[in-house]
Amino acid sequence: MSLRNCRTVKVLNVSPVGQSKTAGEFFELTLERPDWDEWKPGQFVMIRPTAWELDTLWGRPFSICSGDDASITLFIQAVGRGTRRIAALEPGDKVSIWGPLGNSFAVEPDTPTLLLAGGIGIAPFRGYVEQHPHPENLSLFLAHRLPLDCYPFELLSRAVPSRCMLEAKPSDLDCIIETMRGLIEEYAKKGGLVLSCGPTPFMKTVQRFAKEYGARAQLSLENRMACGVGACLGCVTKDGEGHHVQVCTRGPVFWADKVEL
Amino acid sequence: MDMQVNFGGLSLKNPVMTASGTFGFGLEFAPYGDLTRLGGIVAKGLSLKPREGNPMPRIAETPCGMLNAIGIQNPGVEHFVTKALPMLPWKDVAVIANLYACDAEEFGELAGVLAGEEGVAALEVNVSCPNVKEGGIAFGQDPAQIGRVTEAVKKKAGNKHVMVKLSPNVTDIAVCARAAAEGGADSLSLINTLSGMAVDIRNRKPRIANVIAGLSGPAIKPVALRCVHQVVHAVDIPVVGIGGIASAEDALEFILVGAQAVQVGTANFLRPDFAFGLADEMEALLAELGAASLDEFRGSLQLPI
Repeated sequence: MSLRNCRTVKVLNVSPVGQSKTAGEFFELTLERPDWDEWKPGQFVMIRPTAWELDTLWGRPFSICSGDDASITLFIQAVGRGTRRIAALEPGDKVSIWGPLGNSFAVEPDTPTLLLAGGIGIAPFRGYVEQHPHPENLSLFLAHRLPLDCYPFELLSRAVPSRCMLEAKPSDLDCIIETMRGLIEEYAKKGGLVLSCGPTPFMKTVQRFAKEYGARAQLSLENRMACGVGACLGCVTKDGEGHHVQVCTRGPVFWADKVEL
Repeated sequence: MDMQVNFGGLSLKNPVMTASGTFGFGLEFAPYGDLTRLGGIVAKGLSLKPREGNPMPRIAETPCGMLNAIGIQNPGVEHFVTKALPMLPWKDVAVIANLYACDAEEFGELAGVLAGEEGVAALEVNVSCPNVKEGGIAFGQDPAQIGRVTEAVKKKAGNKHVMVKLSPNVTDIAVCARAAAEGGADSLSLINTLSGMAVDIRNRKPRIANVIAGLSGPAIKPVALRCVHQVVHAVDIPVVGIGGIASAEDALEFILVGAQAVQVGTANFLRPDFAFGLADEMEALLAELGAASLDEFRGSLQLPI
C-alpha cells in the first residue's frame, strides 16, 4: 500500500489554461511532490492551503492530472469559493496535501480502451495516457461546453487518437449522446474497456449505454467530501445493492454496473 | 508535565479525544499518525443493526463551520466488535463506543452487547443527534427521557464508564445535565451539533437533503463554552468539552472553564493528522502560560464577582 500521508508542500506553479469567460477559470496547479511511493491514474488528493483561516474548513479534492519525480500537477476549474482561492495561490505558497487517495482506473494493457471525458473530467486521463504501457490501444472522446483550449486536449490528442465535440446548443447534446452511444456499442462489441469521468448527467449516459450494450465501463465519481479518508460519510453513493459507500475510499472509480447514480 | 486524565474510572493518557462521527472507527486515520498518541478515540455512532443513514447531499460547508446530516450511517455494533475493535490498539488508547438507539430499551440492549468487550473503555450515549427522525434529538430535549436512557444504559453497561452526550438545542442544558447525572451517568460530553440549515438561492433548494442538519466547527465554540460553563456548575460529575476546537488554545479554553478533557471533531477534516499533535501543543502552551499542571489550570477561570 502506498503511503497516504499528510504533508505540507510548496506551490511550484499556477498557470491559467484557455480562454473561458463563462464558467470560471481553468488552471494547472503544480506542487512539490510529497514523498509518496507511487500514484495511479484515477486517484486524487485533498489539498488545503496552509494560509486558509478557519473560515474555510475543508480541503478540496482533485484528481491527479500528471506528475514526475519532483512534482504533481492538478487541473482545476475555479468555480467555487475554495477553488477560486486556490487559483490565487502563488509559487512558494504552502498547501497541506494528503493522498494519493481512493482507487484507480483499470489498466488492461492489451485491451482497446476508450476514454470518455466530459469537460474537466479530462483531468485524470492525462496521467492515464502518460502511464499506460500501450497507449496505442487508447482513444479519447471529449465532450465540452467551453472553448477547447480550456482543456489539456492537445496534449492528449498528440498521444492518442482523439475526438472532441462542442455542446453549444441543445441539438449538439443529441449529437454527443448519439456519438457516445456509437462508441460504447463499438467498444462493447470488441470487448474493450470504457473509462469515463465527467459531470453526473454525462456519467448517467455512459452508464445507460454500458448497460444497454453490455460494455465493461468504469465511472469516476465526484461528490462533495470533507475528509477524503472515509470518515465524514459526506460523499457516499449507492452501490449496486443500495448500500451507501464512500466515494473517497471505495471509489472514486466504480464499475458502471456496481453503482447507482 | 503530566497530561494524564482520570475521571469516573476512565483513564486517558492525555485530554484529547476524537469526537464521534469525525474519526470513523479510528482506523481511517491510522495512516496519518500514531493512534496511541491520542487520549481516546470515540468511534462513530453504533446502532444494533446496520443503518444506511440519510440521502445525499449530506454535508455543506459554512463560514467557520459545516452542516451534516449523515443520520448515523454505520455497519452495526457486531461489525464494530468483530471487525474494527480487534484492529484498534485499544490497550494503548481508550476506545469509547458511541451508542445510538430508538428507545431506552434498545439503548440498554446495545450497552449489553458492549459491556463485556475488553477493548471498549467507555460508552458514550448519543441522546442528541439532530439528524435522525426516530429518537435522536427527541431524547436530548426531554430531561425525563435522558434520565431513562441513562439508567437503561447504566443498568446493562457492567463496569463500563457511561458518558452521556448532550444537545445544545434545548432551553436549559443544565436541566438535561442534571437528568443524566441523576440517571447514573459517570460523565457528560457536550455539545453535540447545533440545528442549522443552508439553502441555495439559485436552485431554490436546501443544501442538505434532510433540510435541517447539525452545525459543527469553530462557529459553534462560543456556544459550546457557554454550555460547558453552565454544566460544570450544575452537576458534580465530570464534563468533556466538545465544539469547534481547532487549536491547543481552543482546547485549553474548555479546560479553563472546567472540562476534564476535550473531544476534537470537525478539525479532523482540516488535516487528517490534526488531532495527533494536539496534546503536545496543549502541554507546551500550558508551560508557556506558566501553569503548574493541567489539574491546576482546570476550572481556574476567574469570574467577575
